[in-house]
Amino acid sequence: MNILDLLKSLLSLSLGDFIRRNFGTGPGTELLIDLGGVVILSTFCLLIVIFLIWLTRKIVARMQDRIGPNRVGGRFGLLQTVADVMKLLSKEVIHPAGADWVAFNAAPLLIVISALLMWAVMPFAPGVIGVNLNIGVFYILAISSASVMVILLAGWGSNNKYALLGAFRAVAQMVSYEVPMILALLVPIILASTMSTEGIIAAQTLPFILFAPVSALIFFVSSLAETGRTPFDLLEAESEIVAGFHIEYSGMKFGMFFLAEFLNTLFMSGLVVTLYLGGYRFFGLENWVSADGYPYGRLIGLAAFFAKTFLLYFIYDWIRGTLPRVRVDQILNFNWKFLVPLSLALVFFVAIVDKLIPPGTNVVVRMTIHLLLNILIAAVALELLRRRGRQNRLAMSAGGGSGGVEAVAGHGGGHDDHGHDGPQPIEDVPDVLDTPLGAREPVVIPVH
Amino acid sequence: MSQQIIFFILAAITLTSAVVVVTIRNLFHAALALMVSFLGVAGVYVLLEAPFLGMAQLLVYIGAISILIIFAIMMTRRLMQTNESPFNAQAVGALIGAGLALAILFIVIIRFYPMAPGDGFGQSAMVVDPATLQSSVARMGRSFVSAEAYVLPFEVASVLLLAALVGSIVIAWPHRGEEDNQ
Amino acid sequence: MLAEWQYIGIFVALSPIFPLAPVVLNRLLGPHRPNPIKQQTYECGIETVGDTWIQFKVQYYIYALVFVVFDIEAVFLFPIAAAFGQLDLFAIGAAVLFIFLLSDGLIYAWSRGVLEWV
Repeated sequence: MNILDLLKSLLSLSLGDFIRRNFGTGPGTELLIDLGGVVILSTFCLLIVIFLIWLTRKIVARMQDRIGPNRVGGRFGLLQTVADVMKLLSKEVIHPAGADWVAFNAAPLLIVISALLMWAVMPFAPGVIGVNLNIGVFYILAISSASVMVILLAGWGSNNKYALLGAFRAVAQMVSYEVPMILALLVPIILASTMSTEGIIAAQTLPFILFAPVSALIFFVSSLAETGRTPFDLLEAESEIVAGFHIEYSGMKFGMFFLAEFLNTLFMSGLVVTLYLGGYRFFGLENWVSADGYPYGRLIGLAAFFAKTFLLYFIYDWIRGTLPRVRVDQILNFNWKFLVPLSLALVFFVAIVDKLIPPGTNVVVRMTIHLLLNILIAAVALELLRRRGRQNRLAMSAGGGSGGVEAVAGHGGGHDDHGHDGPQPIEDVPDVLDTPLGAREPVVIPVH
Repeated sequence: MSQQIIFFILAAITLTSAVVVVTIRNLFHAALALMVSFLGVAGVYVLLEAPFLGMAQLLVYIGAISILIIFAIMMTRRLMQTNESPFNAQAVGALIGAGLALAILFIVIIRFYPMAPGDGFGQSAMVVDPATLQSSVARMGRSFVSAEAYVLPFEVASVLLLAALVGSIVIAWPHRGEEDNQ
Repeated sequence: MLAEWQYIGIFVALSPIFPLAPVVLNRLLGPHRPNPIKQQTYECGIETVGDTWIQFKVQYYIYALVFVVFDIEAVFLFPIAAAFGQLDLFAIGAAVLFIFLLSDGLIYAWSRGVLEWV
């Protein structure tokens, strides 16, 4: 056992190979390596969330034109999260009267467990992965689907009307948005012809976002809704149903829900990077093996992976700091009437087109064909939205009474729905305004 | 050997939670125990080298059907007031039926899957080529759509799903006239 | 292949420790002064009247139902997608027919007005 060997293995992230070299490859060593891998992965996950919470607070603060944490731990407030954790640890654990003991206590544990379990198939660098399952993406889907149940447990176990209502809404939202997520996930699997995460990365000589940007967008939006992030964060909106399904949780149990949300968001960023942005790929440099057999290229892969993942996480926070909350019926209508048909059509056409391309063609040609297909589908979808928006606006203004209604013809694009009406008798004003996806909102009547 | 231990643990979990489902008074707890038994079955699938099926069990049963069951419970029962007795007066008949079912199962398995010399308890000496195992999901996918395999049952399955969807909407959704007093 | 799942098995066995540790620590470090007022369920500052139950919209059930159907569709579609490289055009036609039949169900639900959140 050579110290230099150990150091070089540590540096090149090949500790597993080091152990196998020195202790043989029996089942005992495999067990040891797996055990070590689990511990390292879980510790990493828990520690990175501490950094993530600070990062989110800083980013959102800057977007809201303020500074964010800047007292605890120096000018940048680096230890703010640590202070928050200590605060949560010292809070009293209150059990609401009549709470179901099993459900109430199991829910925070289960939600963190399911958030952690997904990380087992996340490829950090070539060879640095928990386990390269053959059905990696399907495994992720199964675990995230099982975690929806936990929210229902939390809501029901609190014996609180608002928690239950929040849990129902959360479950309805998450379950609805799983459908476009599943369908959008099919596209990288079709393109790579494998379900394993490392296999998908290996098949991305050109990143799949160039092949299927619509699929990437659908997956991104669905993951926003799955993790409960703005603009879909009705689940924890303070102004709506006061913190939703985790109303009754105090102290570290609440901290667990918080932890799970951040872990899920980071995981979804990593997943988008893996599926669409090439994962840890960096122009082939990540495969560089030095002359004495240590794969130092893994460090480059790791750095590339984290750079891309944090870029995507920044985009998640960017959206959070920018967009307002969407109403629950708008959320669900948007899903079932736009995203699901769009993703079904996408899978439909990608499958057909991919088979029609003869197998030997150059990857750039293949990419262009797929890109054109995606642009075509996106154009058709947007055109349909525009038409429906115009129809709805015309229908509203035509049936809107004779009191001189002048619906302002907004720019095309289907999402414009603010036809401000001039002063008119109340009876003639239509009391609903139809947006193209069928949602309804009351018209603001100017009071003179 | 370790596989045996894991199998026994999983079987114990599955059976205990199944018994809990049937005997416990609190309906919600029964639903939770049902979910635990689903987990146990998923584990058994994984142990049988069919991980895709195990994950499908997780996805469909725990991710979708459990939610349906809990919603159904909540639609038809008040919360916290789920305390009916789970036992009825048909214990003898149930025992006879269960015994017969067990006997049939036992006879079928012994007849169609006889143990060969070299088989241990619960283990077959047959070894599957690892490459075949790795590609089992792809081969299953191919068999779903190839004309000499299961393409017809596959399409029939989709028609069945369509029928299930339409049927449940017809049952669950009130008629047009009743929409206002829903 | 089971060796891969050994990792997952260890993960499942060990992962309860990671959330359990902070929760137990919280139990040890936090004060324990339960009194009935504190333990009342939250209802915007007033007392709860009546049993805890809410009007359950059938809409929740419909969404879960449609999700079940699409979930099972996914279970069929994922192996087909995984085997995509080895399939010929007939196979893709069969898969496309499958997707089409299920989107038929979605169109029916949409036209019936079932997907509105009232």
